[in-house]
Amino acid sequence: MAKELWKGNEAISEAAIKCGCRFFFGYPITPQNEIPEYMSLRLPQENGCFLQAESEVAAINMVYGAAGSGARVMTSSSSPGISLKAEGISYIAGAELPCVIVNIVRGGPGLGGIQPAQSDYYQACKGGGHGDYRLVVLAPNSVQEAVDLTQEAFDIADQYRMPVMIIGDGMIGQMMEPVEFRDVPKRQLPEKDWATTGTDGKRKPRVINSLFIDPQACENHNIHLFKKYDEITKNETRVETYKLEDAEIVFVAYGTTSRIVKNAVNALEKEGIKAGLIRPITLWPFPSKAIEDAASMANVKMFLDVEMSMGQMIDDVKIAVNGKKPVHFYGRTGGMVPTPAAIVAEAKKILGGAK
Amino acid sequence: MAVVFEKTKALTDKPFHYCPGCTHGIIHRLVAEVLEELNLIDNAIGVAPVGCSVFAYDYFNCDMHEAAHGRAPAVATGIKRVHKDSAVFTYQGDGDLASIGTAEIVHAAMRGEKFTTIFVNNAIYGMTGGQMAPTTLIGQKATTAPLGRVEDHAGLPLKVSEMLATIPKAVYVERVSVHDVKHINQSKKAIKKAFQYQMEGKGFTLVEVLSTCPTNWGKTPVESLKWLQESMMPYFPLGNFRTPEEV
Repeated sequence: MAKELWKGNEAISEAAIKCGCRFFFGYPITPQNEIPEYMSLRLPQENGCFLQAESEVAAINMVYGAAGSGARVMTSSSSPGISLKAEGISYIAGAELPCVIVNIVRGGPGLGGIQPAQSDYYQACKGGGHGDYRLVVLAPNSVQEAVDLTQEAFDIADQYRMPVMIIGDGMIGQMMEPVEFRDVPKRQLPEKDWATTGTDGKRKPRVINSLFIDPQACENHNIHLFKKYDEITKNETRVETYKLEDAEIVFVAYGTTSRIVKNAVNALEKEGIKAGLIRPITLWPFPSKAIEDAASMANVKMFLDVEMSMGQMIDDVKIAVNGKKPVHFYGRTGGMVPTPAAIVAEAKKILGGAK
Repeated sequence: MAVVFEKTKALTDKPFHYCPGCTHGIIHRLVAEVLEELNLIDNAIGVAPVGCSVFAYDYFNCDMHEAAHGRAPAVATGIKRVHKDSAVFTYQGDGDLASIGTAEIVHAAMRGEKFTTIFVNNAIYGMTGGQMAPTTLIGQKATTAPLGRVEDHAGLPLKVSEMLATIPKAVYVERVSVHDVKHINQSKKAIKKAFQYQMEGKGFTLVEVLSTCPTNWGKTPVESLKWLQESMMPYFPLGNFRTPEEV
């Protein structure tokens, strides 16, 4: 198929439809509105159902009902809306239901702003809702990658029976880029032998539930979830590395920021400064091993974590580096996007200090 | 010997956890009998709330979801949109439906979601230990209204059936009670009608059932039934508020 020019939000929506998503429940919020708008037109054409819920709270609970009923289902929102969905996401994780949640992150806290931000890393990766649970968090840095990861997100959700979050920002969601809708390899997926469909008199009733009133049963359920999370960490961790071989300074950045940092790496190279990049594609499971390995390389003097936040992912970077090398931070937030020049200047400043 | 009464197949054999004198058990049985009589057990998907009936999924012998507090109508919306021909119902108390879940119930009714809600109104938060509900009567004592509900402070009890009856797509709304045999039989008829209208695709259907909570009301079961009649029914009058014929 030839490449076509697609806006990120619409490309994510079409990718979801192409891999069998037939149910979407959402609520308007900028900068993700093109997703529900696109779905409201396209899903009925595919005999699917788009519903504009009365709130994000209702939307995520509709997702809970549809996912528990065996449907491929998606919702999308942006930061304040994801806060409202947090309750439902916790229940979905607890009840082990597969679904895909798109978060086109905007500046915060509170109403914040609508420009690109990465200040919801904690919310996506460290909970957001209550209880010990994880989401698989996929962070594309282009519209093409957003399409590819969306198609895979549904399979990951079904394979492990858990919610998967695709995290972008206004840059990924609103930008137009050439896209090819490729056939992604289909996974061998388990039967949904837990879904409520009506017994039809042929089997025992099924219950979709996250309540374990006996504390031992509740602990056992948590242990079961974490065995699954260990397996996901082993199988699904994704990372891109760039020019690490002889890098003195290693950047860590994801999503939109990683593209800007790549420009900074190339600009530094022209000035004779050897820099590399580690780009987590899965924010959870976090690619700790790649960072740990880089921290052990003799040529690597330091790390510079760059985020559109006041520094959230840097916690995981520091855990992975484990004190072996210094970890520095450069960030813009509230919807401000760092420039390659500013990142280059920051790298030079700290490299100078290190010499 | 002739069998004169059998427990409905739509209930499991699990013993109810409800307090002595609580009428949840009666209401469960009525819903279950209706499912059996309408031949819907194998095609039913129910949604349990958060509240005293949180374990309803252990008692109804059909596919069930346990929902977050107040969200049962949204969960039921998701289920029914996927399984258009299933008999979908929510079973919710007054804290769940009339307080934290008001947005969900109003908008499910507004959209005319084709499921049935059994709304159990006992004018108190039962499971959490007797706190004031939106349906708690003026002067009624609760653990968060120790001197009784005061109108100037907490407003007047919410009349859910009357409110929902103003919504065009809420096609069947009726308030019933289970304080004596006659009213139990009437309640069953109302629940049956609600499921029938659902299966005919008429729209959103709700039966509000006035219920007792001897434990948190601080009354005996018999006193509770009397209090329901004498105190609750004047404020929450029984009757039909909407039927599909009117629509």
